[in-house]
Amino acid sequence: MTLAPPLDPVLLSVIQSGLRQVATEMDVVHEKTAFSPVIAEGLDRANGIYDRVTGEVIAQGDTGLPSFIGILQFSTQHVIRLRPDLEDGDVIIVNDPYLGGTHLMDVRMLTPFHYRGRLWCYLANVAHWSDTGGMVPGGFTSTATEIQQEGLRIPPVRIQRRGEIDRDVLQMVLGNVRVPEERLGDLKAQMSALKVGARRLTELLDRYGADTVDAAIAEFKARSERMMRAHIATVPNGTYQATVYNDSDGVTFETLAIRLTMTVADEEVTFSFAGSSPPCKGPMNCPADLATSGIYIAMKHVFPDVPINAGCFAPIKVERPVGTFLDAQYPRPCAGAAAEVCQRVMEAVFGAMGQAIPERMFAAPFGTSGNFSLGGYDPEEDRRYIMYMFSGGGYGGWADGDGLTNGCSSLSIAKTQPIEVLEQAFPILYEEYALREGSAGAGRHRGGFGLNYRVRLLRGEAKAAFVMDHGVTGPAGLLGGEPGGMLAIELSQGGRRVLPPHVSKGEGYVLEVGDWIQVRTPGGGGYGPAAERPAEAIARDEARGY
Amino acid sequence: MAGWQVGVDVGGTFTDIMAVEPGGAAFRVAKVPSSPGDQSVGVISGLKALGLDLAEVGAFVHGTTVGTNAVLERKGVRCGLITTRGFRDMLELGRRTRPQLYGLTGSFEAIIPRELRLEVPERIGAAGQVIVALDEDAVRDAAERLAASGVEALVIHFLHSYANPDHELRAAEIARQVWPNRFVTVGHEILREVREFERGSTAAVNAYIQPLMWRYLSRLGDELKRNGMTKTLLVMQGNAGTMTATSAADHAAQTVMSGPAAGALAAARIGNEAGFRNLIACDMGGTSFDVSLIKGGEPALSAEKDIAYGVPVRVPMIDIHTIGAGGGSIARIDKAGLLQVGPESAGSWPGPICYGRGGTEPTVTDANLVLGRLDPQAMPGVEAPVATEEVREIIRRRIGEPLGLDGDAAAAAILAVATHHLAGAIRLVSIERGEDPRDYAIFAFGGAGALHATALARELGIPKVLVPRFPGATSALGCILADLRHDFVRTIGRPLLDCDGRAIDAILAEQRAQGEALVAEDGVPVSGVVVRHEADLLFRGQSHVFRIPVESPGFDPERVLARFHDLYRARFDIDLGEMRAVLTNLRTTVLGTRQTVSAAIFAPAVEAREAAPDRRRPVQFGDRRWDTPILRREHLAVGQEVRGPAIIEQMDATTVLDPGAALVVDSNGNLVITVGAAS
Repeated sequence: MTLAPPLDPVLLSVIQSGLRQVATEMDVVHEKTAFSPVIAEGLDRANGIYDRVTGEVIAQGDTGLPSFIGILQFSTQHVIRLRPDLEDGDVIIVNDPYLGGTHLMDVRMLTPFHYRGRLWCYLANVAHWSDTGGMVPGGFTSTATEIQQEGLRIPPVRIQRRGEIDRDVLQMVLGNVRVPEERLGDLKAQMSALKVGARRLTELLDRYGADTVDAAIAEFKARSERMMRAHIATVPNGTYQATVYNDSDGVTFETLAIRLTMTVADEEVTFSFAGSSPPCKGPMNCPADLATSGIYIAMKHVFPDVPINAGCFAPIKVERPVGTFLDAQYPRPCAGAAAEVCQRVMEAVFGAMGQAIPERMFAAPFGTSGNFSLGGYDPEEDRRYIMYMFSGGGYGGWADGDGLTNGCSSLSIAKTQPIEVLEQAFPILYEEYALREGSAGAGRHRGGFGLNYRVRLLRGEAKAAFVMDHGVTGPAGLLGGEPGGMLAIELSQGGRRVLPPHVSKGEGYVLEVGDWIQVRTPGGGGYGPAAERPAEAIARDEARGY
Repeated sequence: MAGWQVGVDVGGTFTDIMAVEPGGAAFRVAKVPSSPGDQSVGVISGLKALGLDLAEVGAFVHGTTVGTNAVLERKGVRCGLITTRGFRDMLELGRRTRPQLYGLTGSFEAIIPRELRLEVPERIGAAGQVIVALDEDAVRDAAERLAASGVEALVIHFLHSYANPDHELRAAEIARQVWPNRFVTVGHEILREVREFERGSTAAVNAYIQPLMWRYLSRLGDELKRNGMTKTLLVMQGNAGTMTATSAADHAAQTVMSGPAAGALAAARIGNEAGFRNLIACDMGGTSFDVSLIKGGEPALSAEKDIAYGVPVRVPMIDIHTIGAGGGSIARIDKAGLLQVGPESAGSWPGPICYGRGGTEPTVTDANLVLGRLDPQAMPGVEAPVATEEVREIIRRRIGEPLGLDGDAAAAAILAVATHHLAGAIRLVSIERGEDPRDYAIFAFGGAGALHATALARELGIPKVLVPRFPGATSALGCILADLRHDFVRTIGRPLLDCDGRAIDAILAEQRAQGEALVAEDGVPVSGVVVRHEADLLFRGQSHVFRIPVESPGFDPERVLARFHDLYRARFDIDLGEMRAVLTNLRTTVLGTRQTVSAAIFAPAVEAREAAPDRRRPVQFGDRRWDTPILRREHLAVGQEVRGPAIIEQMDATTVLDPGAALVVDSNGNLVITVGAAS
């Protein structure tokens, strides 16, 4: 590399937002053209720019799902290692959870971006497809015991070679997923975002010069690292421990423990999962990269102002959780990890930080994605369908206020679909979609409230599946606050009330006309002793029937 | 043209008024301080400043922030809600969001508190079928309870009322029997579109601000009448049309964004007359930068806006992207040692350091002052300015030192970063709509728009900038130019090819008839009625709709489909020919066209003279000071050319012409700047 011109501070700011804008435009195109509601409505996708040598993240779009902060970087690193043969115009498709992935539904695509004849970076994106095959429509199984049951596992293969789509690979993929015509749309949307990214990035490099941008990227990395170090330095040195639980693996009804040890030494922090539960039989095994990603997202929530790039995570060390369910190895099933285990890892970080810097922290949020899927047949329209719904819950109380009610899952920014839209599309009727009274953890600042909904089947027959959590323990309070209410699911089958044996997980529940499902999601933990809650706040809560 | 045409835009700081004389040949402008307590005081004092005889006013159109501000500041009236059993928390639950992407703190209060949200047994299904009959007694009880607890405005909002409004209509009838005033908002009448939270929120916003609008507009109307005005007061809507004050009080949600809409409309019309049909309208004031796209001579509308966190308003309104960047934006060095500008603002109080009101943080205005772009002697409304040297020293200390720059270089860095933010907002607005900003010209208005426009255009590769004759009065002019406008939407939600063209024609004809009836009821003279129909389409399985114009009568699903495919391909570069198209919504816009005023009246009457500068002062461009001529805008004649560097000053704005740029005064008095390359 030739010597770059000296970087003036203005140019640095300009290039920083320029790179972010490239990734944000990729996000926008991806969202507008996608078919899976979870992408288009739920924004369950991310786009970014990754280092050509190390695969580290250079920039990610402003509207990408937080859960993919680390994931795309790890995934890119695996592809670089496994596919040194890529050429200009190639596009890789991969959803293997063990290669920097999450669950099979999160499909990643990656293209080597060439500028003036040489590899300059990788552009990559990821999106949650509504289905990638497997034993449960929508992919959220809670009983699989090996990954083959969870769906089609795609190693890093080329879906496009030198600018031409590989029809063979395409047919292979589409032949193994439900509602393939919509998945084709998702695939095209994803490729179109990569195309837009390449175009905009070329313009940016033309304008500022590749060497200057390279030098700027190195500088951003150094600055983000300094910023994160400065934040960590404000956390008192010491060792903090937090233990949190997932309800069960869906197969064996035993809690899974995440034991997190956080050691702060000046400007660095080390996380260890030693002592966590061993690998499990059901689909709650978590790939190690995903557990690390959970720590990254949590740290970003604690220190939101550090711009995302590899430097942001340099002072954060994570010991590989060898021998635990947080280091999933083939063929362990992982369908529940991305949503439920990753959120619990984050909760453990919040818990440890809560001990270290309680005045700047919040009590535990509801901590589940509340995934509920319904696959059925509507005789009136002669149509098979997959309905997929996630739901919100309460956030924890914090120093300056009560927790948010029906907030978004902490690793997501996905909005739920309107009830009217769901009722238009599927033969169901929501009889209730309400704030869950009494679910907030008490405290000086109480938690936010969870959600309470009941949905009834109107026509035909359907099979319900859920992968949720926090049904056995409630989200913890902080500084003496009480835990939030636990998740509860109840079904009515032919007038008979059924409680799922695993409380928050289950599948294969056959619903007939008139049967219903009721879900009550957790509230957030309380902050500070409930006895210190001001009288006027208590009176207001009473008047509102909270 | 009968009588004076008067446009009034009430902003946070100033009230701008423009009046065009009968016959449309001459005009007057005035700028007076706004009166925050009661905006009508400022309006009347502005009218007096103009010396207008209100008896000679032919039309009076008002852009107002009363409604928008009431929502932003949560100062609306006490509202109650009657809704479907099981759904009273909809407004509080929203759709599962949080205020920021990262950080799990934050809070949200619904604009109707829980104790004032009551449920009644009733249920309509997605196909419009009655699943649970309406419990009429429960409606009466609920209305009585709410009225008794001091609720002023009532919202009736039921599930799927867009598909079958019977229950809402009957409930409204019952409630009105016991409701003590006229403030009953019925969900589907405000927005007949699927999505219960967004429709409910729109209705709630309507109710929340309706009594305020009603009282304000009544007071203003009375005041105008007392001063001799005989004509109907018109109010600007967020969709860039107007309606009567009576309609506005009933459809208060339509007045959200009314001021910015007027600005975009004026930009479109002035641009059209100047030969620019594609514009990026940039309105920059003290705290915010509003960007909107004008394509083919029309401002773009959107029905996807959130007025505040958790408060969507889904009526069509001007598609404006706002970022917190204005003259008052604060510059600081962040933890990573990078210079950041905004979004925090010093506002108008204490304001920039140079205002001398106790501001201590360097702002964009301070940087402009230090670099010689603003005249330290002529800060509007500033009585005791701080010496430029002192401002430069503060900038050097707070920004320059950490970056290793002197005071001027630090000030230049602040402007460069600010410009880059503004450019980012423009890129997002244009590119998100599939437009390349370089195919557009910048229309710069507001107090600070023309200060930054040339640098901004250069940053984006935009070749031309248009600065209107009165940048500060652009929104007031927009009020004068606006047509009467009524918008309708109906959700269909069926595969396009399953639709019967004649049935679609019948729905569109009904919407058209409703609009024409409203225009007639408005009682305002119009020169014609224009009707436009549009369809929202998507491919089955998608969530985002794509809007295309359609014809009716003669709606032909096959032809519409072909058009949809073509436009979709042009926008996203993807061919989805194998997918099934669904018709989601049908939209109709009915316009009652009013007399147009030509921007030609702004042509300066002065004779061209040698470009003898009124004054000169050293101004920083790039890394050095240029001896720069300072010209008075009112001395520039039609056809006059000026080469940069130059500063053009006028009462309500300053235009900066960078070295390498050149301007010519067009026949309507606009400055047409050719950006050129930096020199």
